[in-house]
Amino acid sequence: MSSTTTAVEIADAVQAGTTSASDVLETHLARIAEREGDIHAFNTVTADQARKQAASIDERVAAGEDVGPLAGVPIALKDNMCTSGIATTCSSKMLEGWEPPYDATVVERLAAAGAISVGKTNLDEFAMGSSTENSAFGVTHNPLDLERVPGGSSGGSAAAVAAGFAPLAIGSDTGGSIRQPAALCGVVGVKPSYGTVSRYGLIAFASSLDQIGPFSTTVTDSALLFQTMAGHDPRDSTSIPQPAPDVMSGLDNGVAGMRVGVITELMGEGELTGFEPEVIAQTRAAADALAAAGATVDEVSVPSTIFGLSAYYQIAPAEASSNLARYDGVRYGHREDGGANTAAMMRASRTAGFGPEVKRRIMLGTYALSAGYFDAFYGKAQRVRTLIINDFAAAYENFDVLLSPTSPCVAFPIGAKSDPLTMYLNDTCTIPSNLSGQPAISVPFGTGADDLPVGVQVLAPMLGEAAMFTVARALEVAASQNTGETS
Amino acid sequence: MVDEPVADEPRAGSAVANETTSGGLTRDDVAEVASLALLELTDAELDEFTGQLGAVLAHAKDIEALDVSEVAPTHHPFPLANVFRDDVVETTDVHDAALGMAPEAEDGQFRVPPALGEEP
Repeated sequence: MSSTTTAVEIADAVQAGTTSASDVLETHLARIAEREGDIHAFNTVTADQARKQAASIDERVAAGEDVGPLAGVPIALKDNMCTSGIATTCSSKMLEGWEPPYDATVVERLAAAGAISVGKTNLDEFAMGSSTENSAFGVTHNPLDLERVPGGSSGGSAAAVAAGFAPLAIGSDTGGSIRQPAALCGVVGVKPSYGTVSRYGLIAFASSLDQIGPFSTTVTDSALLFQTMAGHDPRDSTSIPQPAPDVMSGLDNGVAGMRVGVITELMGEGELTGFEPEVIAQTRAAADALAAAGATVDEVSVPSTIFGLSAYYQIAPAEASSNLARYDGVRYGHREDGGANTAAMMRASRTAGFGPEVKRRIMLGTYALSAGYFDAFYGKAQRVRTLIINDFAAAYENFDVLLSPTSPCVAFPIGAKSDPLTMYLNDTCTIPSNLSGQPAISVPFGTGADDLPVGVQVLAPMLGEAAMFTVARALEVAASQNTGETS
Repeated sequence: MVDEPVADEPRAGSAVANETTSGGLTRDDVAEVASLALLELTDAELDEFTGQLGAVLAHAKDIEALDVSEVAPTHHPFPLANVFRDDVVETTDVHDAALGMAPEAEDGQFRVPPALGEEP
């Protein structure tokens, strides 16, 4: 089996009986054994459970059963998704060793579709970060250059796919935590529309922004994984009461006649600066490729996107400070011994259990929500959120999808961005979609500085995944033609 | 990492961050916020966080100048209504599983140090 075998190819071969889920699994476990020591994509590798699952899939195929659209496909799960009886840590000392008593809905759905979980991937603690350097259990290294970060916060999932440890992975995206690491590792990453994929069993960071989504090496695999995970879940009250949309049948329809808008504010020429010129050049090349494929391409202004970062760093920390109040050493998670009374025990437990970035966000959020500052910070940010939604709505009156870079830069060296605000600026292009709730995908498109991959972002209106995937697929075809690969 | 917790008793006048980069955030503000959030900070952490959090707030000054008084706030990507399931009795047996995760449990309940006073 080659390292480029896709999920679609594996599922077809396993279901047809031309290969076995167990053989597929062993190929991937061998790769993990070979390179995981250098990369550290995982907090936990669940080889024993995976072998049992693969054997069961093979038995069911032999018995003539249809085992599902992801038959025998290895998948890596970000370690903030609950897995029954398997440690779920959020890469935090606060949850080190914690074993949830139930599975997240996505975990259940993936197993029901025949996928085989190979382990739990590293992340920035509680998904707060853009480099996976904030993990309490060590940094994940970019498989393309071990001296560089994989992006974050879902850096372990992106690295696992880029290293061939699994053809699929899932992550969570609150401000770009799927799309940015996908871009930095040269893989596909998707933040679906808010409410399409159940958040039941996803450990909450910022509840109005969090969304689970796919990683893969191909657009088709991400579309298949999204379609498999999506659809109403009565256990998540923010789940949209609709079945999963069909994003597969129109994937290869091409972009002829589609209207593509390049977001002026995210092309490095206005108030937002710090974009690497090669990243801008590849984004323009992607726009040109879509035009050559028959799309109508033009620039479009989405003015309030420049305020996205400021609004996000009020709203997300505010929600986080509330969500993370539950970690107090009483019911589960870390308890620091020696507190003379309950309040002292809680303070000691939170102080010992949380790392510096989590503390920063909790304090920012507590400040934003505190009396006297609420209207000036959190209240204002919520109104700016409305401006961003309105500006996107105006843009989508004239365009089917929008285009921008995913990240202003390619993968940077480990330790290069130690200042928190500098790190936050990585999410400039991805944050607006979280504030609006709309879907966006990062597709690898050529290379930038030091021959490292560049990701181009395709944004779509609410529930516009079908058009988004079709445009992404066209970009993938164009990118492969540029490098002479077949796709 | 806890060398001298100061969150409960902020020291006035020490190392107040520069107003131009701090977004107006002072060391005392950070100590107060840490106390509200049940976090204890060392002197060194207090200095570091005051500068870092102040820089984020200073960056957010760009939205301060916007007049959004006529714009409604967005709390959520789409309007949320209460979601009800059918009123059907279900059996949930999670008591042991929930207590099993607790750092300390006794007689079917979570055990904590005394809420008032101190441990004898």
